[in-house]
Amino acid sequence: MSDFRFIEEKIFRVIMFISTAVIALALLLILASILYKGLPAISWEMLSQTPSGGFYFGKHGGILNAIIGSAYLSIGATALAFCVGLPVALYMNVHLAKRKKLINMIRFFLDLLWGVPSIVYGAFGFGIMIFLGIRTSLLAGIVTVTIFIIPIMVRGMDEVLKTVPRGLLEASLSLGSTKSETAYRVFFKQGFAGLITAFLLSFGRAIGDAASVLFTAGYTDSIPTSLMQPTATLPLSIFFQLSSPIEEVRVRAYASAVVLTLFILFISLLSRYTSKRYQKNKIQF
Amino acid sequence: MKLNFKFFTIKRHLRDKLANSWMLICLSFVIIMPLVIGIGLIYKSGPLLRENSLSSLLFSSDWRPMSGHFGLLTFIVSSVWVTVLALLIAGPICLLSSIHLTQYAQPYVLKIMHPVIDILAGIPSVIYGVWGILLIVPFVSHDLAPFFGMQSSGYCLLSGAIVLAIMIIPFILNILIEVFKTIPNELSEASLSLGATKWQTIKFVLVKKAFPGIISAFGLGISRAFGETIAVLMVTGNVTKIPTGAFQSGYPLPALIANNYGEMLSIPLYDSALMLSALVLFVIVLIFNGLSRIFIMRVEKNT
Repeated sequence: MSDFRFIEEKIFRVIMFISTAVIALALLLILASILYKGLPAISWEMLSQTPSGGFYFGKHGGILNAIIGSAYLSIGATALAFCVGLPVALYMNVHLAKRKKLINMIRFFLDLLWGVPSIVYGAFGFGIMIFLGIRTSLLAGIVTVTIFIIPIMVRGMDEVLKTVPRGLLEASLSLGSTKSETAYRVFFKQGFAGLITAFLLSFGRAIGDAASVLFTAGYTDSIPTSLMQPTATLPLSIFFQLSSPIEEVRVRAYASAVVLTLFILFISLLSRYTSKRYQKNKIQF
Repeated sequence: MKLNFKFFTIKRHLRDKLANSWMLICLSFVIIMPLVIGIGLIYKSGPLLRENSLSSLLFSSDWRPMSGHFGLLTFIVSSVWVTVLALLIAGPICLLSSIHLTQYAQPYVLKIMHPVIDILAGIPSVIYGVWGILLIVPFVSHDLAPFFGMQSSGYCLLSGAIVLAIMIIPFILNILIEVFKTIPNELSEASLSLGATKWQTIKFVLVKKAFPGIISAFGLGISRAFGETIAVLMVTGNVTKIPTGAFQSGYPLPALIANNYGEMLSIPLYDSALMLSALVLFVIVLIFNGLSRIFIMRVEKNT
């Protein structure tokens, strides 16, 4: 009996270790297979040119339109989301600090929003566009993605600001600063390291999401020059190239996937680095 | 000097008021948003609902947009298949791994796994789709299907489920680790001091105590998996037929919406049908998400 107890534990320990290894292995497999397939196909031409005639039949050109389009779109959306998200997160933690029930309700609401699939945002955005008579454009894409990442950003920032000690709030208020000054001068600075992480995380979401821009930002071969023009995005460019039957085009899809993956990895590393770097600006307790 | 000071305070208070009202506007915007989305989707699917009853749309598999038949059952069944399979794969892995990470593993393992989980969560779904096509589809078609004595092109529900499982693992795992961390040490100490082995303590005390949290983590995983679009669209095959096995092609709900937007404006009521599918998706995800969150909040309150 007692032997069996330990044998069972041993068996499960092995299985548990394997489960953890499987997860790490999955990440390695994803990165390895994409790099293996895509890296050989990357060339300077691909990164620096827009598609020329016959690009989708394997002829010359590159995915610069998608890279620039994605950059415009995600920078625009993250900036907008920041302007809306930061005040909300600060308001929740400074102004509503005493009203625990209300805060919890708002958090619950945000969590619900956070879970809504991006395709629903895309469909909703498209519905609004038809309603207003707007065609697919950079602006529509930016607005849709903004709405999609706001809950992600607010919840991320809220988790950070939650950890700011209450004493800091009281000290700042007792020195005569207004609540908004406390929010922007004290809480913002104290949480800066974490806020950057939340910001970059939302940026990564914005650049990687395909379903929400599918109908709102459209797709074109040229780089947009105004907000009202449609724009290509990296995820969609990968998606479209991969559905081609021609091998050269598919290989390029893998190369584009490498570009996107490296970008996401870079953001992830950057957020780790910056949050460490600004950690020391915090007031220690 | 006095005047100057007064001016300064007025300016300060004005700024405070401005900042506060902007904060309030943003907050109300965020809170009103889900309502607006819900109402917008209901409004948009109205034309179709006026001609057909909701149940006839949800429980009919007759999908012929050209002649005005919009039965969504095929797509709902596909979605359920993919989601359930994905959870069956991801659930046990996450549970075992989270026990390992919180109870047995050395601190450095957790240090390695944290970035792994973060990166897995950050990888865009298109990349998962590409990976699925590169690795999972051939694997299912050449190895897994023959092993079970089946024929499959690889573009099937199982491939979709495997890809989805990897995608939802970081979400479930993160929550599970948090859940196991909230359980007070005294409980396991009490159990250990009564002579139970570590494994018995985990099995009968820890997992039992964490059970509501585990269920809600799985619920959140389900709501993630149900709405995932691009990756699933790329590997499940998109065949409009009710699937009866894991090795058959399917056509999940999000894929339907994503695939058909191009032509929807040319066929009457088509856009309405797609908006209805988005609404169905929205409601199902909200229900799963909401219930799991309420469950989790209860757990946190109790500990």
